[in-house]
Amino acid sequence: MPTKVEKDALTGTETTGHEWDGIKELNNPLPRWWLYIFYATIIFSVIWMLLYPSVPWLNGYFGGLLGYQQREVIEDQIGNARQAQAQFLDAIAESDLTALSEDPDLFQFALTGGEAAYNNNCAPCHGLGGAGQANYPVLADDVWLWGGSMEDIHHTLDVGVRWEENQDTRFSLMPAYGTLGIFDRDQIRDVANYVLTLSGQAAPDPEAAERGAALYAEQCALCHMDDGSGDRLQGSPALNDQLWLYGGELEEIMAQISAPRHGVMPAWGGRLDPATLNMLTLYVHSLGGGE
Amino acid sequence: MPDDQTQLYADTADVQSREEQKKAPLFAGHVKVYPKKVAGVVRRYKWAVLIGLLAIYYLAPWLRWDRGAGVPDQAILIDLPNRRAYFFFIEIWPQEVYYLTVILIVAALGLFLATSLFGRIWCGFTCPQTVWTDLFMWVERLIEGDRNARMRLDKARMTTGKAARKVSKHAVWLIIAFATGGAWVLYFQNAPTFVVDFFTGQAGVGSYFFVGLFTATTYLLAGWAREQVCTYMCPWPRFQAALLDEDSLVVTYQSWRGEPRGKHKRGTSWDDRGDCIDCKACVSVCPTGIDIRDGIQLECIGCGLCIDACNDIMDKVGRPRELITFDSERNQALAAEGKPKRMRIVRPRTIAYVVVLALLIGAMAIGLSSRSTLELTLAHDRSPLFVTLSDGDIRNGYEVRILNKTHEEGVYTLALDGIEGATMSIAGQAADDVVEATLTAQPDSIASYRVFVTVPAADLTSDRVLLNFILTDVSTGATVLGEEAFRGPEP
Repeated sequence: MPTKVEKDALTGTETTGHEWDGIKELNNPLPRWWLYIFYATIIFSVIWMLLYPSVPWLNGYFGGLLGYQQREVIEDQIGNARQAQAQFLDAIAESDLTALSEDPDLFQFALTGGEAAYNNNCAPCHGLGGAGQANYPVLADDVWLWGGSMEDIHHTLDVGVRWEENQDTRFSLMPAYGTLGIFDRDQIRDVANYVLTLSGQAAPDPEAAERGAALYAEQCALCHMDDGSGDRLQGSPALNDQLWLYGGELEEIMAQISAPRHGVMPAWGGRLDPATLNMLTLYVHSLGGGE
Repeated sequence: MPDDQTQLYADTADVQSREEQKKAPLFAGHVKVYPKKVAGVVRRYKWAVLIGLLAIYYLAPWLRWDRGAGVPDQAILIDLPNRRAYFFFIEIWPQEVYYLTVILIVAALGLFLATSLFGRIWCGFTCPQTVWTDLFMWVERLIEGDRNARMRLDKARMTTGKAARKVSKHAVWLIIAFATGGAWVLYFQNAPTFVVDFFTGQAGVGSYFFVGLFTATTYLLAGWAREQVCTYMCPWPRFQAALLDEDSLVVTYQSWRGEPRGKHKRGTSWDDRGDCIDCKACVSVCPTGIDIRDGIQLECIGCGLCIDACNDIMDKVGRPRELITFDSERNQALAAEGKPKRMRIVRPRTIAYVVVLALLIGAMAIGLSSRSTLELTLAHDRSPLFVTLSDGDIRNGYEVRILNKTHEEGVYTLALDGIEGATMSIAGQAADDVVEATLTAQPDSIASYRVFVTVPAADLTSDRVLLNFILTDVSTGATVLGEEAFRGPEP
């Protein structure tokens, strides 16, 4: 505090005693409108502190007279959103898949909901938009191990693939021809050469392919069929197309014959509610490969 | 004191040193202006403009314009929920909002041109602040009387009579302000149904808020703030000096004719004196409370009411009219020297404004008349970029959107070009792998289709080939092209 009040010679106004580079600050009164708004904000803040959560105690806080809680507000909002969605979700959960795809409003809702559920649950393995990745099936193409109709897709989602916690899970197992000693290394090479010819490709070793044909008919055709078209009932892949889940090179096919890899998908029935399963089915079916 | 000594003091009597000038207070409190009633040519023009502009403002939302079924029939409507703007025959979608920008630029340039020709006629005659202030002052005069009566009333003790006048004045102001705020919202709503909804409490919260907001601003700005808006709030007076030149018409006191001013007694000679009798009629009618005889100044809005007031006085004292007049600085200089006046309308400045205005208006007219009513937008799937099918063919997914800006349902054919052997399947359509598909779009809306394009692997020359989508309107034959990449594996 300055000990004596100094008055500015020119204006007759008191100075605050502050001085910067010879420039002194005048102690003009605050504009009244500004001052009143300032007082109003003080009153407002006191009222606010009484009404809303404000002062922290040692073990908790003063919650305000209105009992306002942000957590409750957000729970309310989520509840309201759920309620708004309920009419769609209930209809989707109860409705038949074909009927669903014929109702434009429900179908659009299901596609959007299905996409969200897909991106949360499926995309880590099957890729965004069903793009797939190495050793995980592409869902956007026209090849299906267990069937690509809406009913098939729904069932696969529901029970999973080789998911032992579910008794009804889709299950198939190809014998490990090399590891179990059913074929020796040459026989595996012969069969692999023959398998390549099934999809119209030239076998690297045509003579081996000829030898492999007999072995194939004896050991493989039961599941993969004589022409290599596979069998969806058993989940045995087609060998006569251009798509190879575990690689289409000779060595890769030999490795798969010798010690097959088998993909596993969790059963989503029970984890996801029926409406979400239906929405997922429609979404996966719409990616481009649906039958 | 000797005579020459007196002369010496007289010349320097009002000289102030810098220090003395500085002691003047920096803050000046508001002095209320009580403009006096005035009649005359300028006032009649002002009434005519005021009535015309208010009529346009209040009535325009009620005009109808038939656009067919399912489309609003309000001539001027900004339909925010549906993202459309209608102005008679013009319809604008959100992506065409640049037309609005052009309109604003044209308006600004028009203002510049008018200002360089005629001074601040915008401020004096057409600015909403001026129009509504004029209307509010008219109400004030009807209820509280003219200048002197109003000044007396404001000074008088509060009585029942004074209170009644004040209350009724503010009530009428608020009614006008409410009509103004309400009419503003009508430009964003279907007027006939909205008015019913509004008064039955059915309108949205936003509507009530904006009606309240514009009621408040109209009441405050036209009732209370008045000339302070022009002097302190509006940027326009600050840079109009740059738009005026010595040929612009401005409200001018002809000082060469009026000075030296002084009181005049009827019957005495007019020789050796000016025509100005210093009656201050010009000051008393000024809505911003200035003295036009001080020359052109920021506060002068160029309304010209002082011209009417002065003409009235000149008629009474029998001197020529137009002591205060609309004239240019150049003419005043010529007139002072006794030379003939010369109006220069065509000047480099006005030519430049007219040329730019013509270019802009022309460009917009061409743009609007050739505005497409059909657009095609394409979006390639982000994932997967491409899919290899079981027979080795490559398939890409696209989102195809058709913007149908007409008011009829559109039927179109979609065809592909640029890649041999390309076929397509439309999600939701039965036919697979066709070379031409039929698509439809509802009136005035966007139709969205998922299109899968398949190309035999042998026909694909690179991992990225451009594919053309050709959309043809079946009824008109109009065609729009879209180009997108077709992706595949590296060959």
